Amino acid sequence: MLDDVVVSMRHVTKVFNPGSPDELTAVRDIEIEIRRGEFLSLIGPSGCGKSTLLRLIGDLLPVSDGQVAVNGKSPYEARIDRDYAMVFQQATLLDWRTVGRNIHLPLEIMGHDIGQRRSKTKELLSLVDLEGFEDHYPWQLSGGMQQRVALARALSFEPSLLLMDEPFGALDEMTRERMQMELMRIWNQTQTTVVFVTHSIPEAVFLSTRVAVMSPRPGRISEVVEIDLPQPRRFETREMPEFFARVTEVREALRGFSEVE
Amino acid sequence: MSAPARVGSLWHRYVRSYAPAALIFILFLVLWELAVIVFQIKGFLLPRPSAIWEAYLDNRTVVWNAGYVTLQEALGGLILGSLLGTGMALATARWTTVREGLLPFAVAINSAPIIALAPIFNAWFGASNPLSKMAVVTVMVFFPVMINMVRGLAAVASQELELLRSYAAGPREILRKLRIPNSLPYLFSALKVVVVLAMIGAIVAEYFGGAVQTLGVFISQQAANTRFAQAWSGIIVGSLMGIGLYLLVVLVERRVMPWHVSLRGPGP
Repeated sequence: MLDDVVVSMRHVTKVFNPGSPDELTAVRDIEIEIRRGEFLSLIGPSGCGKSTLLRLIGDLLPVSDGQVAVNGKSPYEARIDRDYAMVFQQATLLDWRTVGRNIHLPLEIMGHDIGQRRSKTKELLSLVDLEGFEDHYPWQLSGGMQQRVALARALSFEPSLLLMDEPFGALDEMTRERMQMELMRIWNQTQTTVVFVTHSIPEAVFLSTRVAVMSPRPGRISEVVEIDLPQPRRFETREMPEFFARVTEVREALRGFSEVE
Repeated sequence: MSAPARVGSLWHRYVRSYAPAALIFILFLVLWELAVIVFQIKGFLLPRPSAIWEAYLDNRTVVWNAGYVTLQEALGGLILGSLLGTGMALATARWTTVREGLLPFAVAINSAPIIALAPIFNAWFGASNPLSKMAVVTVMVFFPVMINMVRGLAAVASQELELLRSYAAGPREILRKLRIPNSLPYLFSALKVVVVLAMIGAIVAEYFGGAVQTLGVFISQQAANTRFAQAWSGIIVGSLMGIGLYLLVVLVERRVMPWHVSLRGPGP
């Protein structure tokens, strides 16, 4: 049962600039376990350390106190083993690479040969519904399309964990809902574990199997809401009474923390 | 849109974008010619464009041969200086100690009047040896290329850096896949400045003494003998070469980085 845990955090605290006048405790005493195949959203007011938490899991920031384990290893080992992929709010595509070459960037770094990269890229382009855009440059794509390229890139090396930092935050509402549907389809297909940071309550409820609600800085996980809506999530899910009930539950949990959108 | 229509509209676009400049240039030459005649300006102060043209026709073999030698000096210095500059910049990206130890000096020397070294290099290599001019150009080119390139290698978006780190990319891969491509726009803006500097450097260095058949020596000798129309024809050949080098850089830039904001079309 223990190897079913993908991410475990125990008493995790992150302090920026310790000892200096601008010392800042971003998150304190975070305790959570994320299981294989789960879709967990982190939601909370601005500056509550959601993104920091994601970076602690990904070894992009060192923890100040406590323990983080990813697949039973330290975050550093997990990063070196390429256990996870990250998707940011900005697509962060490299300007000088075409869509195809952006998607196979991770495979290139991991030393896969060109044949493997080509076939994988083709497969991923069809997964994110971007066939025929292989030779386009990022600036020729809309924001939503760029984000789909970023998603394809993240999935290219089949990581067991996907860390997503407000990936749809910069998109308009309609594109956003379409991307959520697409993400659900891909998640059902790949069975990847996802940790998803968001500001949007309906987004968190629609996507997740669990929603972790965070308090303002220093951020802690104040409540975890189970989202037992039927799988797979579909367009009609958003219209179910149970959906509204869960949205209300998360909203209640966030009550008192201002600044929530 | 069909292909011929595209070519047609492209041609129209060229005509429309270059026609004003061409017209102004012609107007400028006409006014210059008229001004010299009307105000009876002495030929040693400002020769008429037509006189310069005649002098050019009379001397064109000499001028172009001289220009060719000077161009070789400029090109030699350009290549050497650019290679050294990029090489040093890459070293600073790899080893922070190199950057911290070297960069302040680079910035300081970049502000020094490098052309003043010309007589010294004449003494080192011999005035008629093209190496003495190449050395001046090399030093002139080295610093702007290095400083810009260092800036380009360092100015990487933090999220792009996080992305590569998340793939467990090492410093060498980050350099190759991220820092070097990111520095290309910086390198090219340095090259555009430096190609013009190279021609200036080579010609001015020749004013301090050089082989008989070089542009700088030709211009200064003609001027000393009050043959100003001839001197001007030399200046014009030097300018054409500078413009040619600049355009060459622009052309290469378009080939190498069509994706850059300054070169690409409007987005979706």
